[in-house]
Parts: sequence; C-alpha cells; structure tokens
Amino acid sequence: MDLVYTPEYEAFRQEVRDFLEASRSDWPSYQSLDRIPQEYKVWQALLIERGYTARSIPKKYGGHGGDMDPLKSHIVAVEFARARAPRALAGQGVSMLVPTLLQLGTEEQKQQYVAATLRGEMLWCQGYSEPGAGSDLASLRTHAVEDGDDFLINGQKIWTSTAQQADMMFCLVRTEPDAPKHRGISYLLFPMDTPGIEVRPLKTMTGHAEFNEVFFSDVRVPQSSMVGARGEGWKVANTTLTFERGMLGDPNEAGRRVNDLATLMQEETVDGVSLMENPQLRDRLLRLQGRVLAMQYNGMRLLSAGLRGEMIVMARLIVKLQGCELNHQLAALAIDAMGELGVLYNDSPRMRRRGEWQRKFMFDLGLIIGGGTAQIQKNIIAERGLGMPREPKRVQGGAA
Amino acid sequence: MDFGLNEQQRAMQESFAAYLDDVTSVEKLRTSLAEGPVHDGEIWQGIVDMGLTGLLVPEAYGGLGLSLLDAVLVQELLGSRVAPVAYAPAAVLATVALVLAGSETEKEEWLPAIVRGNLQVAVGLSDAGGVREGAVLTLRQGKLSGRLLLVEGAPDAQLLICSCDEGDIYAIPREAVGLEWVALRTIDDTRCHWEVNLQEVQPELLSAAVGDVASRLLSAGRILHAADTLGAAQSMLDKAVAYAGERQQFGRLIGSFQAVKHLCAEMAAELEPCRALLWYAAHAYDAAPAEHVMIACHAKAHLSETGSFIARTATEVHGGMGFTELLGLHYWFKRIGCNRQLLGGPERLREEAAHAQGWGLPPSRIALQGGGYR
Repeated sequence: MDLVYTPEYEAFRQEVRDFLEASRSDWPSYQSLDRIPQEYKVWQALLIERGYTARSIPKKYGGHGGDMDPLKSHIVAVEFARARAPRALAGQGVSMLVPTLLQLGTEEQKQQYVAATLRGEMLWCQGYSEPGAGSDLASLRTHAVEDGDDFLINGQKIWTSTAQQADMMFCLVRTEPDAPKHRGISYLLFPMDTPGIEVRPLKTMTGHAEFNEVFFSDVRVPQSSMVGARGEGWKVANTTLTFERGMLGDPNEAGRRVNDLATLMQEETVDGVSLMENPQLRDRLLRLQGRVLAMQYNGMRLLSAGLRGEMIVMARLIVKLQGCELNHQLAALAIDAMGELGVLYNDSPRMRRRGEWQRKFMFDLGLIIGGGTAQIQKNIIAERGLGMPREPKRVQGGAA
Repeated sequence: MDFGLNEQQRAMQESFAAYLDDVTSVEKLRTSLAEGPVHDGEIWQGIVDMGLTGLLVPEAYGGLGLSLLDAVLVQELLGSRVAPVAYAPAAVLATVALVLAGSETEKEEWLPAIVRGNLQVAVGLSDAGGVREGAVLTLRQGKLSGRLLLVEGAPDAQLLICSCDEGDIYAIPREAVGLEWVALRTIDDTRCHWEVNLQEVQPELLSAAVGDVASRLLSAGRILHAADTLGAAQSMLDKAVAYAGERQQFGRLIGSFQAVKHLCAEMAAELEPCRALLWYAAHAYDAAPAEHVMIACHAKAHLSETGSFIARTATEVHGGMGFTELLGLHYWFKRIGCNRQLLGGPERLREEAAHAQGWGLPPSRIALQGGGYR
C-alpha cells in the first residue's frame, strides 16, 4: 500500500487545479436533457486539448492523442468533482459508442463519427431494450430485412434515453431470423431523422420523461451502416455493455451524497434539535457511510490493479449492484430525515434542495432495474465471479 | 500510488496459508477443543518459526519492523482457518503497547521474548465496549483495583497488558499479588478469554505513555478483529459455494437455483469491498494517524455486520447439515459472532465513528474518560 503520488502526478494534479481556478469564469452550465449549448462545446474542446478527456484517443479521430494514463484520468475526475466543475461530456455516444467504434468500427466509421461525437456535435441514443426483450435482451424482435443495398427496419425499442435530442442511434436488430438468438443480431448506426422513425416520450414515476419509446416502420438504412459483421451484433453489444456497466454505480457519487446528506442532517432541525443529534438517523447515516467507504476503497483497489495490468473480477462485478443500491438508500435516508417536508415536490413551497432527493430516490430505483437488473447482476456475480452452475437449458418447445 | 499488497506481502500470505493448510483441519480442531478452549502450541510454534510474532517488533529488538497491515494479513488467515491461537494479543497488541509506551528497559526485556514466542501476553481492553458488571479499572495511590472482562490470551500468559479509566496502559506480571484469573467460556472455543479481578495490584505503568496510546491500542485491536472476521467470512462463503456445487436436489445442483445463487452473490457483493476497507484501515493506522479512530471503528462495525450476514446465510445454504455439529461450520459461525461483540459492537462503534467526525454526542464512556478514548 502506497497512497502517495509521485511528483509527476502531484504536478499534474496542481496543473488541473490551476486550470480549474483560472477558467472558473468560463465554466458552462448544462442541463443533461437539453441540446448541448455552444459554450459547452467550447469547454469540451478545451478539455480534449488539455488531455482531461478523450486522452488516449488518436488526434486524427478528434482525441487528445496522448498515452493511456488511468491515474491521470482518476486525478482529473477527483479534482473536477472537488471543484464542482462541469465535467467532460459523458453521454452514451462518448462513453459507449466511441470505445466500441475504436475497437470494432471500420476506418470510415471512425472518421465519420468519433470526432463529431467527442466534440458534442453528434448526440447518440442506444436502441437495445424492447418491450419483450429486457433482461433477455438477445430475444429482441426488431428486425431488418435486406432490400437491395439497404435494410428495412420494423419494430420497437423502449428505455431509449435522449432519443428526442439524439442525432443518431446505435441499434440492435435481428437480421438472421433463423439463426440461434445470439447469432442472428446485427449492430446498425443510423440518423434519427430517417423517415419511418417515431419517438414517443416515456414519462416515469419521477414526473419527467427521462426515456422514450422508439417505433420503426420500414426505416431504410444502408447495409454499410453496420458495425462488426452481420450476425455478430451481440458480441459488439457486449463490448458496449461492458462500458455501460462501468459507468453505473460510481462510488464517488455515493461519497458526494454522504457529504451532502451529512450537511443536510446538520442544517435541518426537528423539535429545534439538529437531525444529526437523532441517534437513529445518525446510525443509519454511519451505516451507509461505512458501506460507501468500502466501495470507494474498492474503486481505488480496482484502479491500482488496472495500472498493474491485473484483473480482479469480483471487485469489478459488484460495482453496479452495490453502487446503485447505496445511492438509492442514501436518498431514502435523506427523505426520512426531512420527514414530512421530505415529501414536498413539484416546486412546492418549502420544498428542500429543489426536490432533488425525491427525484434521486425514484430515479435510482430505475438505475437498480436498468443497465442489467439487480437480479441479472447477481446471476453474473454468481456464475462469472463465483463459478456457480448455470441454470439448466430450457427443453425445446419453450419460448424462442 | 498503489492501493494493494506488495510482492512480499503476497508471498507471506501464500506461504502462511500453505503452512496453515498443513496444520489445521476440522478434525484436528474438534480433537483439540474437546476439553474446552485452548491455545494450540503446534500452530503457535510454526507462527514463531516463520517470524510472524516479530512482524511489528522493530528490527533493533529482533523483529521485522513491518506495519499493522502485515499483521492484518496474518490475522485474516488465522480467521479463515479458525486457528485456535492467541496471535492478536501476544504478538500484535502487546507489541503495539510496548513500542508506543514502553521504557527502553521494558522494550529490551519483553520485545525479543515476544519475537521468540517465549512471552505470552494477555490483553484486556474490555471496557472499550462500555462498562458492564463493574468492569473498569481504577488507579488509587499507585494501585490498580477493579475488573477486566473478556481478556484475551493464552492460558500460560505471563503478562497482562490493560488500560485503566484514565487511558493509561499498564503491564502486570501474572503472579502479581492481588490478581485473580477466572476462565470464561464463550460460544467460541478457538480463543481463550478471562475475567481478571484486581485488588490493589501494584502495576508497572508503561512509562512513556502519552494520551493517545490507549486509543491506538484499541484501534489496532478492532482492526485485527475485523481482519479475523474477513477471513472467517470468506471461508464460509467459499464453503457455501462449494457445497452448492455438490449437493443435488430435484435432480439438479442446488447452486443452479437462483434462490441459492443469489444468496451467494449477495454474500460476495457484501464481502468483497470489505477487503479494500480493511486494507485501508490498516494502512491508515500507520500512515494517516489522524483518521485511525474513525476508520478502525468503521472497519470493525462494517465487517461485523457483513460477517453476521454471511455467517447466517452461508449456514442456510448448507441446509440442515450447516446446522449440525458434524460439518464444523459452526466454528466459523461462532468465531464471527464472538468478534462482533468484542471491543465494541457495531452500534457503539458507529457512535464513536460519528463522534470522531464531530457528529452527535460522544458515547457516555468517552465522556466519562475525559477523552481517554479519542
């Protein structure tokens, strides 16, 4: 154990701090569901130039063109969070599609999409889940039929976040209806303004439409818009899902939430006494803090293992399950601590913190379900992490 | 920056694990515990021979001069094999107390003996979990009177190290006048516990004692208990997974049922991050002393909660067999249950962790002591 950074990294940390201090007046504001404003694109370009994002992506694809350095990326994340500075773009395009294209895309696809996505000029949405294909994603039925040089797509997607704003979709479709379910899927990229695509916002329990349904009727897409080989879309998608699961359940978000919650409990009073003086509430806070600390150190352990080129399977597999659950429970405690005032919402008078704790409490339940449900995560932990036996294969004649 | 174990630590883990595999088994344990709690001389001699009694002893006194993290790795392995040896009090806590507070003479007399395994030490910090049954020591006119509960140490311990209500640390030879030892029986026969009654005992004040020593000693003890629970809980999880991969019902391995699989996944998901928490706590004990109370309390409280969950759930995965004495799983169950209460249960530890961050009122014991246990 050596938690001291070498002078090179301490110098880098100082450089990041100096930059954030000097640029404070240029910090853009950004609501995640809006289109990306010009000032945010300028900020993003600056972060790429300095190597604070897209660090190891080659210059010719619009990246910084530097060496991969997870420790520097970690320092950037920590310092940006500390300063509460606007972070680099991290939508589904940047975080999921770009790494997939860099790994599996053609040269032409990389040229066409990576730089524009990194600059924030091209927004993406993900067309994976369907009403009949959630946890069992590979049973998806949206299909693409060959028609000359094109495919004609028909079907429906659901849980498509940012579909209303997106320029493009990366989408899983069935191209080989007779092949086994995992081998009949292809991965297509197409513009959202292609005729035949209809987007309907899907309002959730939070009162906001964080997701959409997307309907396809005879949507014509050139065959050249495929990533990977025909019928290999499942493998391509799994590349992307790995990146998504890495994004969910970030323990540092939980760490910030513990601090916010502690502040709330110190500031709010009931019967004229600070909530922090209430032993039951305090014990719940401390219990969650202990678990969050464990996840934060687990994250540092993973970071160091990565630097050494080691893979610690179990420590990684549990992050989504544990992180999302902790975030949800922290929001639950904040609401309980606020008591009757905790139910105020919808811009009500006396509402606390813009209703954020209630919104997070509800939205985090969605995150426990989305991106692989908690139950699917447990199957993965048991089978891949603990080597437990798989469910016996269903006898022929069951659902396809 | 490297959050993890170094080569030397991994090599030590590997060779010590191999040694323990040779000398421990459920059958041996059952035989050696037939008459009640013991301190196993054979296992102990191996620990001494491998130099592990001197892990924390400075090189000048014949030890290796390593850190608490190294001792934590040893304790974790002892927990994983529910080894019946008094390693924590004799090799670690005694060393911590002597290094922090002993005079030069005391260090020269006792530290090399600890390294050689010739000196067994029992340690009593029982009031750390709150005073019950009047178990507190008071110093009056240079003499110690009172009671210590759940003192841990081998039956042949020659020295008692304990703290009084002022937070000072004392060393008392076993044969001192006014000292009465009563054997206690806990659920866990793999370690020996005592009630020690003191009546105007003439103690040896570990002379260089400074205010923080008692609380450092306590944090070290708590981190070691957490390590022991981590090892025992990991072992129970491994056994549950192995059993679920052998046992068949309804014509299937029970491990292929999601009901069983998810229990195992939940245990793994809870336990794995505990490892990083424990490593950090042990590291911070040496490298970031300002944090030691907060992080030691959190480490032990969280490991205790996780350990209890796993002790119960792993037993359930074993079904009726887990409940019997035949399988021996109960040794792990009881070791975890015992660790949970010693040196403070989770609720009390979280109170101390809160207080260490300036949240809430201090637990009453801390108030009584005027900051002895910071």
